[in-house]
Amino acid sequence: MTKHTITGGHSLREVVPQALLKLDPRHVWHSPVIFVVWVGSVLTTGLAVKDSSVFSWSVAVWLWATVLFANAAEAVAEGRGKAQAASLRATKKETMARRLREDGTEEQVPGSGLRIGDTVVVEAGQVVPGDGDVVEGVATVDESAITGESAPVIRESGGDRSAVTGGTTVLSDRIVVRITTKPGESFIDRMIALVEGAQRQKTPNEIALTILLTTLTIIFLVTVMALQPLAVYSGRSQSVIVLVALLVCLIPTTIGALLSAIGIAGMDRLVQRNVLAMSGRAVEAAGDVSTLLLDKTGTITLGNRQASEFLGLDECDGRALPEAAHLSSLADSTPEGRSIVELAHTAYGVDGSQTAEALALQGATFVEFSATTRMSGVDLPDGSRVRKGAGSAVAAWVRETGGTVDERVTTLADRIGASGGTPLVVAEQEDGRPARVLGIVHLKDIVKPGMRERFEHMRRMGIRTVMITGDNPLTAEAIAREAGVDDFLAEATPEEKMRLIKAEQEGGRLVAMTGDGTNDAPALAQADVGVAMNTGTSAAKEAGNMVDLDSDPTKLIEIVEIGKQLLITRGALTTFSIANDIAKYFAIIPAMFVVLFPGLDALNVMGLASPESAILSAVIFNALIILALIPLALRGVGYRPSGASSLLNRNLLVYGLGGIVVPFVGIKAIDLVVSLLPGLS
Amino acid sequence: MSGTVSGLLTIGLLLALLAVCYHPLGAWMAHVYGDTRHWRVERVLYRLVRVDPDSEQGWRTYAVSVVAFSVVSILLLFGLILVQLRLPLTQGSQGMGATTALNTAVSFVTNTNWQSYAGEVGATPIVQTVGLTVQNFVSAAVGMAVAVALIRAAARRSARDIGNFWVDLVRGSVRILLPIAAVAGVVLLVGGVVQNLSAPETVKALAGGDQVIRGGLVASQEAIKELGTNGGGYFNANSAHPFENPNAVTNLLEIFLLLLIPFALTRTYGILVGDRRQGWALLGFAGVLWAAGVAATTASEVAASGGLGGAMEGKEQRFGLWASTLFAASTTGTSTGAVNSMHESYSPLGGGTVLTTMVLGEISPGGVGSGLYGILIVAILAVFIAGLMVGRTPEFLGKTIGRREVTCAALYILVMPILVLVFTGLSLVLDGPRSTMLASGPHGLTEVMYAYASGSNNNGSAFAGLTADTPWYNLTLAACMVLGRFVPMLLVLRLAGLLVEQHPRPATAGTMPTHTPRFVGLLTGVALIVAGLTFFPALALGPIAEALS
Repeated sequence: MTKHTITGGHSLREVVPQALLKLDPRHVWHSPVIFVVWVGSVLTTGLAVKDSSVFSWSVAVWLWATVLFANAAEAVAEGRGKAQAASLRATKKETMARRLREDGTEEQVPGSGLRIGDTVVVEAGQVVPGDGDVVEGVATVDESAITGESAPVIRESGGDRSAVTGGTTVLSDRIVVRITTKPGESFIDRMIALVEGAQRQKTPNEIALTILLTTLTIIFLVTVMALQPLAVYSGRSQSVIVLVALLVCLIPTTIGALLSAIGIAGMDRLVQRNVLAMSGRAVEAAGDVSTLLLDKTGTITLGNRQASEFLGLDECDGRALPEAAHLSSLADSTPEGRSIVELAHTAYGVDGSQTAEALALQGATFVEFSATTRMSGVDLPDGSRVRKGAGSAVAAWVRETGGTVDERVTTLADRIGASGGTPLVVAEQEDGRPARVLGIVHLKDIVKPGMRERFEHMRRMGIRTVMITGDNPLTAEAIAREAGVDDFLAEATPEEKMRLIKAEQEGGRLVAMTGDGTNDAPALAQADVGVAMNTGTSAAKEAGNMVDLDSDPTKLIEIVEIGKQLLITRGALTTFSIANDIAKYFAIIPAMFVVLFPGLDALNVMGLASPESAILSAVIFNALIILALIPLALRGVGYRPSGASSLLNRNLLVYGLGGIVVPFVGIKAIDLVVSLLPGLS
Repeated sequence: MSGTVSGLLTIGLLLALLAVCYHPLGAWMAHVYGDTRHWRVERVLYRLVRVDPDSEQGWRTYAVSVVAFSVVSILLLFGLILVQLRLPLTQGSQGMGATTALNTAVSFVTNTNWQSYAGEVGATPIVQTVGLTVQNFVSAAVGMAVAVALIRAAARRSARDIGNFWVDLVRGSVRILLPIAAVAGVVLLVGGVVQNLSAPETVKALAGGDQVIRGGLVASQEAIKELGTNGGGYFNANSAHPFENPNAVTNLLEIFLLLLIPFALTRTYGILVGDRRQGWALLGFAGVLWAAGVAATTASEVAASGGLGGAMEGKEQRFGLWASTLFAASTTGTSTGAVNSMHESYSPLGGGTVLTTMVLGEISPGGVGSGLYGILIVAILAVFIAGLMVGRTPEFLGKTIGRREVTCAALYILVMPILVLVFTGLSLVLDGPRSTMLASGPHGLTEVMYAYASGSNNNGSAFAGLTADTPWYNLTLAACMVLGRFVPMLLVLRLAGLLVEQHPRPATAGTMPTHTPRFVGLLTGVALIVAGLTFFPALALGPIAEALS
């Protein structure tokens, strides 16, 4: 976690030159509010040169400081991305690629010379020369260069794990990769551009806010310019320096200075969580999402089903089923098999010391599960056999040995199926005799811990969660109920998913989803926020507007929260900025006219020492508050998932009321110091 | 009965009357603007102007219709005033100069009803009835039409059209304004307001000297003057004149009339957007501001009295202090501009308060129609800033407030302050305009600022003191009135065009509610802060400086 000091952990030596470089009017122009301050600074400096005084120089210096602080905020925000970009660039070393010719022979070409559609060979120890899909072979790949995750991942041709990224290293085996991106537009290139903020464009909401801030600036410009004739009429014209000071204090400099830093920091917060947003627009949309589509497996439930109970038939001995199930699963290394062993041991007291190896030494043979038999089991040396598997397969086996299958087995199996579980029937055959069914193992999806609470949070935030699963509706409904999602889509096909997204969007709702397969691509593109898993295919990554490098589908929830936090930070600082003006008026207006109308001293509620010190204090406060709020802009305001009402209550209190009160205190405190300045009467 | 008791009773009675009419009138107006059938008299009118009443208009056509109708109205009225002395029934009227005539034509078409002329001598009965009274009806109906177009746009989903201006105009006049004005006119007549065409009478005043006493078709104009938040008096003294407003009962009725439609429109709004609570919220907002205005004005005047029955300079004995301040706060808060007391004579803070209720942008509750869309613009700004603080792209009634929507709202709030401040500043430094000011110092500043605030907000009340019948004031104020009326209207219609195209997002727990007391508080805060920050320096040099010195 980065430490949030004012410079965000960056040394002043890096930030100050950046901030100075940004004084270029062509840069300042991008923020109309700060541009006005810039013009004001030039003007006051000119006037201070012409008519030198402590007051005029102080105002000029602090106006420049205001612009510099605004630049510094942006520089700090960008600096964080720059560091990240530098480490990414280090991985982008020039590699030689082994391109395959049409006739199957190899040629050496530089990585930058590859074209879309070229096929290249990569072997253990070599760096993948460009983004592409594996078309042949399986390999373990070290992707730590982009994900930061050191454990290697498997990449294989076909299926949803075929994508490889240029710059990653193959650790074992040999793969053939078909290049899918042009050099210079690879994933790493885009990542570098994104974290550097080089292609940063203002997002829709940022533009709208800029328009509002510009309008306020124009209003205050008119207000201040109209003040001069009013002052002349009243008998005391004001110096341009004082008018500029008033203008700068009134226009929303705080939010104007921090606006771009807030946007950059929002993207950066995603990057820190290993999510790459392809545009700021997507991050903003994430805050607006009102429907989340979540895949069941891996997101809501643990990846695999687990044994939850043994249901023995009455006439059998209570211990027979757990023991038989345990025996038959000893050699079963699937998560389901291991969960049966685990359950038999912990909940049913079956001796856990037995191992498959020991049993095999004694002469037992294990029967592997196969798609045709749909059963697995063990043949013991004493001639008895145990089988477990799908109901129909086991029943067929029992009948083959001359046994009968009780009707209760079917009812029980149906009941488990209806509750969303998978029934696994266990049967035993003692040497030579007909086999009999002992009972059923109940396998069920295990909802990840804490999911129910998270969905409850979502509901309070006004977000509907929809579970997507290939299961039948009965199973889906049971899990949906257990997990606490609002709705589910069972027997989901890509077309069904697409239809659901469109229906939600037609109802005016924004949809977010995750996906990794090629067949998810259309839905990812259609969704307002489509998060592709980094393990997924290039098609999926291309279609989505975010990529999660950790490939953790639950992260969608965090993405939504980051989007909301970004918008809240903008709103909070805007409110704070505008609320600040009240105190500044009480400082400056009496200072300007108290000579003319001594009665106006009643408005000097802060009891500021002199007109000059009052104006200067307001200007200094105005500059320092930017510096003070940089950490907040970078970190984002505190966000706890809750409904709109409680969020608004809290933020109005903190940033609205706080925005009114803080400057009264701040300006008074600064005035106490400033009034000690010699030459400022 | 002391002034306080009678004042409180008057307010209580006023509130009771408004409360009784709120539901039925709000519902009736919702019905009128949503009705699919046409009255026979309306059909005749549609045939006359060759409009198909069953076709609707997009925002552009609607806006063009509004502008075309208003431009033609200005030209016709201007022409009528110029030739008025050649028409019958002049009754000793002296007519108006060209700039005054232009100012007057603009003034009545923009629903401002600023009067550079003295009613009795400037306009003949024909101009008063055929010109001014007609504009009193239709200019009010135009305001309501634009408000209803915006409401429709907010309520419709993924549509293009926002209604038919000609239908809205005709229905507002025929079904809403005419019937109420007719009843109110009769009641005023019964209450003692005059209605005749007799020639002016010259009488010997007690102190010697001649006094010309004029009559006129007053009651008929008086009713719509208040009901349509117009405010242009038949006589120069406006509602302080005993023939316009003879007693406490007619006074109460007139205050009631000017508040009636602006408040009831919030109900209409709630019904049309399909969520009555939204209407309650706007009513709460306008009600709070109005009550604050009444309370502040009354408190300032009572305090200024030094305990001797009130600061009565410029106020009518037959109304007393409370009924005068109630009138003053209501007329400035509704962009009416009728006066039953002279605001120039108010204490600095009292005068400052009525000035402030205008520079809020006429939203407490504002003029007929214009008040409602003004409030909705403030609501959109409040939603934009506060909406961000709940972590969503701001939305109002399910419609996203994006770049283009916020641009319309932002430009809307830009217009009025620029007009007021720029022209006030110019008038104070230019020698010509300065020479016609009565007062000097802070009070003089208030005089001028009041005039431009009144014109730019289409209020029309005058602070008095300022001799505004000069080419400078006539022309600059006419500019303020035109720009202050139609630029915001066009922006509102543009906004309507943007909103009507959107498909609303359904409200969820993550949506900021816009019907709660907290939202009302937020709206009030935004309105006060925006106006306060804009006008504080000017107010500080005017009323505040005067009050503190």
